[in-house]
Amino acid sequence: RADMAADKFSVLLPTYNERENLPLVVWLLVRTFHQSGNNFEIIIIDDGSPDGTQEIAKQLEKIYGSDKILLRPRPRKLGLGTAYIHGMKHATGNFIVIMDADLSHHVSLYLIKQKEGNFDIVSGTRYKGNGGVYGWDLKRKLISRGANFITQVLLRPGASDLTGSFRLYRKEVLQKLMEKCVSKGYVFQMEMIVRARQLGYTIGEVPISFVDRVYGESKLGGNEIVSFLKGLLTLFATT
Amino acid sequence: MTKLGQWLCGLVLLGSAWAALALAPPGLRLPAPYRQALLPLPVYLLVAFGCYSLATVGYRLATFNDCEEAAAELQEHISAAREDLRRQGLRF
Repeated sequence: RADMAADKFSVLLPTYNERENLPLVVWLLVRTFHQSGNNFEIIIIDDGSPDGTQEIAKQLEKIYGSDKILLRPRPRKLGLGTAYIHGMKHATGNFIVIMDADLSHHVSLYLIKQKEGNFDIVSGTRYKGNGGVYGWDLKRKLISRGANFITQVLLRPGASDLTGSFRLYRKEVLQKLMEKCVSKGYVFQMEMIVRARQLGYTIGEVPISFVDRVYGESKLGGNEIVSFLKGLLTLFATT
Repeated sequence: MTKLGQWLCGLVLLGSAWAALALAPPGLRLPAPYRQALLPLPVYLLVAFGCYSLATVGYRLATFNDCEEAAAELQEHISAAREDLRRQGLRF
């Protein structure tokens, strides 16, 4: 088994209008990897943000070096799935970390967990251990738990939290899954886990504290619920 | 097989077993009390599942952790990050 020094972590950061959050996320990531001693790179995939995200990204590249901060922008909003495919083409690590630029997570926990069980995938969960949320009212918590319950009954996915947007994958595992998954948006995140289980990949879970967007609002309206149910039923019928 | 397929198979198997025993043709009859007990079974199971669902979601809702420390820690990180980056020349 290759030792820790040989592992390299490529973080894929798709961004759209994340001018405020991006420096903070990058700073946290850099600090985490320096502390853990791992080799890493951060690939920022910006979809033509009008708020100056790319300008901030260029400054970060100057500060941390272009071997650590890779800018690989796209002309306009082209969707999450294709952002990951695009990012992976430029990734030189053997592990890929996928995260939203608007969340903060304890990356180190993922690194530790992966080593612990030699997992193919490490996913965050808000529902187990000391995982949880901050600033959620009762209604939002109820919807979250209710939706997760229905998901567990229908899909029996073998993971407690499917809609997480922070995951660590072995590079070849992510490539295989990207070929097989067809959904869009966050349903795509759910499909990845379901298919991963079917293909026999091992999944480790890390309790995470889901603190709401550092800046900006999270949306959870009727539309989101309807599209979630549609996506869930599609997965139910096709996987 | 898809999850939908598994559910349909399960429903067909259980459904036909129930129909065979509860609505039985003369050849296969159980004594009347048994058939009368079996007849409402599907509804009972549905209600039981409904109760289980409510109880489970309720329990999970009540035990949903609130991460005060994580939020506070994040605010500290944000301040530290802003200061450090400003020192390194980042213009926000």
